[in-house]
Amino acid sequence: MRKDTIAAIATAMTNSGIGIVRMSGEESLEIIQKIYKGKKEKDFVNIDTHTIHYGYILDGDETIDEVLVMIMKGPHSFTGENTVEINCHGGVYVVKRILETVIKYGARPAEPGEFTKRAFLNGKMDLSQAEAVIDIISSKNEYALKSSVSQLKGNVQRKIKEIREEILYHTAFIETALDDPEHISVDGYGEKLHTVVDNLLEELDKLLKSSDNGRIIKEGIKTVIVGKPNAGKSSLLNVLVGEDRAIVTDIAGTTRDVLEESIQLHGISLNIMDTAGIRDTEDIVEKIGVDKAKVYANEADLVIYVVDASKELDENDFEIMEMIRDKKAVILLNKSDLTTVITKDMVQSHIDKPILSISAKEERGIRELEETLKDMFFHGEISFNDEVYITNIRHKTALQDAYDSLQKVIMSIENDMPEDFYSIDLLDAYESLGSITGETIGEDLVNEIFSKFCMGK
Amino acid sequence: MKYSANSVWENRDEIDVVVVGAGHAGCEAALASARLGLKTIVFTVSVDSIALMPCNPNIGGSSKGHLVREVDALGGEMGKVIDQTFIQSKMLNKSKGPAVHSLRAQADKANYTRTMRKVLENQENLEIKQAEITDILVKDGKVTGVQTYSGAIYRCKAVVLCTGTYLKARCIYGEISNETGPNGLQAANYLTDSLKSLGIEMYRFKTGTPARIDKRSIDFSKMEEQFGDERVVPFSFTTNPEDVQIEQASCWLTYTNETTHEIIRANLDRSPLFSGMIEGTGPRYCPSIEDKVVKFADKNKHQVFIEPEGLDTNEMYIGGMSSSLPEDVQYAMYRSVAGLENAKIVRNAYAIEYDCIDARQLYPTLEFKKIEGLYSGGQFNGSSGYEEAAAQGLVAGINAALKISGRDQIVIDRSEGYIGVLIDDLVTKESHEPYRMMTSRAEYRLLLRQDNADQRLTKIGHDIGLISDERYQYLLDKQEIILSEIERLEQTNIGANQEVQDVLKQYDSTPLNSGTTLAELIRRPELSYEVLAPIDKNREIMHKCACKCTNYVDNSEKTVDKLCQEVIEQVNINIKYDGYIRRQQKQVEQFKKLETKRIPDNIDYNIIKSLRIEAVQKLNQYRPISIGQASRISGVSPADISVLLVYMEQYGK
Repeated sequence: MRKDTIAAIATAMTNSGIGIVRMSGEESLEIIQKIYKGKKEKDFVNIDTHTIHYGYILDGDETIDEVLVMIMKGPHSFTGENTVEINCHGGVYVVKRILETVIKYGARPAEPGEFTKRAFLNGKMDLSQAEAVIDIISSKNEYALKSSVSQLKGNVQRKIKEIREEILYHTAFIETALDDPEHISVDGYGEKLHTVVDNLLEELDKLLKSSDNGRIIKEGIKTVIVGKPNAGKSSLLNVLVGEDRAIVTDIAGTTRDVLEESIQLHGISLNIMDTAGIRDTEDIVEKIGVDKAKVYANEADLVIYVVDASKELDENDFEIMEMIRDKKAVILLNKSDLTTVITKDMVQSHIDKPILSISAKEERGIRELEETLKDMFFHGEISFNDEVYITNIRHKTALQDAYDSLQKVIMSIENDMPEDFYSIDLLDAYESLGSITGETIGEDLVNEIFSKFCMGK
Repeated sequence: MKYSANSVWENRDEIDVVVVGAGHAGCEAALASARLGLKTIVFTVSVDSIALMPCNPNIGGSSKGHLVREVDALGGEMGKVIDQTFIQSKMLNKSKGPAVHSLRAQADKANYTRTMRKVLENQENLEIKQAEITDILVKDGKVTGVQTYSGAIYRCKAVVLCTGTYLKARCIYGEISNETGPNGLQAANYLTDSLKSLGIEMYRFKTGTPARIDKRSIDFSKMEEQFGDERVVPFSFTTNPEDVQIEQASCWLTYTNETTHEIIRANLDRSPLFSGMIEGTGPRYCPSIEDKVVKFADKNKHQVFIEPEGLDTNEMYIGGMSSSLPEDVQYAMYRSVAGLENAKIVRNAYAIEYDCIDARQLYPTLEFKKIEGLYSGGQFNGSSGYEEAAAQGLVAGINAALKISGRDQIVIDRSEGYIGVLIDDLVTKESHEPYRMMTSRAEYRLLLRQDNADQRLTKIGHDIGLISDERYQYLLDKQEIILSEIERLEQTNIGANQEVQDVLKQYDSTPLNSGTTLAELIRRPELSYEVLAPIDKNREIMHKCACKCTNYVDNSEKTVDKLCQEVIEQVNINIKYDGYIRRQQKQVEQFKKLETKRIPDNIDYNIIKSLRIEAVQKLNQYRPISIGQASRISGVSPADISVLLVYMEQYGK
């Protein structure tokens, strides 16, 4: 349907040797023209199809990577449209930068399954494959929907919501006045709005800058540490994020009652959440913490279950084992420095997971834990989906779009445009931000108008 | 010949279309159908209440003015009648962008009713009949006729329901409740059951109206006088602007105060709204004064507009103070307002409850999905307002006529008109209150201006057969002149010579450093086509006009020919807002792609794997006609739309 140009990372986001960024759509040749620099000047629009070109990808003056560019013109491509594939060096950073660059120069991030959808709609796939295509679209979308919002950091989500509310409020005011000019006047509102939008631009700028540092979404393997109270979960977390390991982000300022840290192990990033100890409790506050711990564990890519090896297993342990039975998990028998009463075999008889003996206090067994995790990762037992990266880029594009729209509002104000023009761009910004938090406009504006302002009649 | 007393009498006249109700929707529906050559009969509970305005004495207003112009551009009647019967007129939002300019006129109610009635009475193919319709006759899912209260049967090929607020209507104030329609007119108490038995789902909505007060009892010296525009712009594209430059009546502005609010607060328990006596859902945009006082407790005053109901009556409409409080409280409340201290109430304020439908049972053509040949329009569809009603009535009447004639029915989409936005919202979105048009509901409002309604819709009106060849040719000529004039202005270079700088200086515009085009100059907010006349040496394109526009400099529009005025307006708007207009045109292109993807009637959503359950339910329930419409149903996600697209591709082969 849409003939705009889409882009995505075609390879898995692991530490592979090469990565591929793929573009499809009418403008993909024009876009590569703008960012490619080879030994010789090339005219991609008129170049032969199915050719490979060695050169560099540039974002303005900055050289991003040495690449091979493949040109496949429609209809002789997977999607049936003009397609460009940029083969670059592997590694998360480079691939991401190249994707960001093609987006900056006119492509947009592909929706989940969109390449396949285009291939199908352009008649490049057998009709019998329709069901498979539908499955891809819906499953990928489901994942993306889930990840899109859940990957968003709590404070970022809150900030975006605040900005949206502010935008909606002012749009609603303008619209109420336009709708009921005899009761409400919007004259001279531009000046006030200017200040408001300036502040919003500043907020968005901060978010955009932090998105460059990967701080906007939680990239990495979602790891949750669970266990009974005093099993040593927090000590383990402290050891894992200790000085000799890079703390990528700290989440100071978040108010969640689950502590979260991000660490790097051999180039794998883990988002580790320490949770309240799980036990049957009547205490309401503690119960909330425990319930949350269960929810996080359920959503996690990886669970680290810490057992206090100096104490007997009880029904709380069995409950935890039940909870993690179908999850990727590692079981740690902690407090090996004390007299232990629990052995690997005893646990093994209840649940089949890798089991390691450690002492968080004396930092013993940590190396083995790292090795185990690394093995699980490279054997594909645990992985993070590349959707996460795409999500981040989508979010960033949306933030940038919102920023641009708000700048247009400022321009309209400064050019003395009538007030009704402000709402066009305000609403665009509102919509862009909504795509990050997974909210659509729907009846928001009309509801806001009626709830906040008194219409006459 | 003697007729049997026992048998049902059947009217043997040949009737194509029956219109039930002769309010603003019914009048447009009946006229459209009759004008398209179909034998039409319009039923009303009272011939004296044809085109009655039971609430506010206005036509138009923000976004509603757009609707009236669109109705006119399609060949409807409302604009022409109000142009003949208005007593004050204003272009609202004049200082804002052209998209939100909106005409609003005070009507002489009695004159409006009389004038519209005269049009109906003299319309060829149209018959007026006073009778209450109690049954819709349906056979094999197709409409076959209607039956009146007396039992008489009228066979027909299509029925358009425009029952407004009359179905099981109940008027309420305080503890008083009357089973009547607006203004004490007889309610229609039987049709609801007939519709329900046909499987149609009904809602119960509520609205209200303020008191009418005797002009002689009002102290206007305590109020601000409100005048109409000096230069009135007509609603209808066919009205000669000179004909509407009349002497205008005034309206008056006053305010409620803390005493008013105190009276209301102290008596809230006696309000049927708060006591639970009223169950219908009221509109948020048209709150009663008690609603306003409760909801916006921090406001210490609310505006009250005192508007004449006509020239030959002393009744004044108290805008902003609709209420359903008991009579004694009404007196106290109105009399607490400055200037109304001695007010004599002619008619009490009241709330009215009535039956209407969930319009999602309709196709965008306004035909019922379940019953072929049954159409509906107006407040019956869950909207509010005379203008919204007229717009739907027109479309329903047109489509009933087109269907019977075996022609393609029309659907105006969201990018073509407010009518499209209105109908699409009604038939697609869930609504819990009477729906009112608002400019913020139109996503392409920069394109849907009141000034270009003719350019958007008159071709459709002409294709249907409601617009004469002559009128259509006028439009084509006008469009041609506009286009060539814009082109000329874009291409005419202007040097930075002294004459040019002098003109710029005269309007406080920055002097030129180098050459530019006339169009670029027009884009400056302080300049316009008009003021650039002295440096625009080749304005001969306007040779078609009767006036000498080439000499046109000042703003005394009175000297300018109608066509010329219209052209100048369009040239200014199209050049000044070119960037924004292009942006919206691009969005419309995207929109149209989904809109034109038709979903086959017999599609079975249950067998489409991967559609989410909620989507399947909603799609089954509302059977959208296009992918575009499907995408606007709440509960249908973009992923569901992708799945649908792929499925349809496979299905289509």
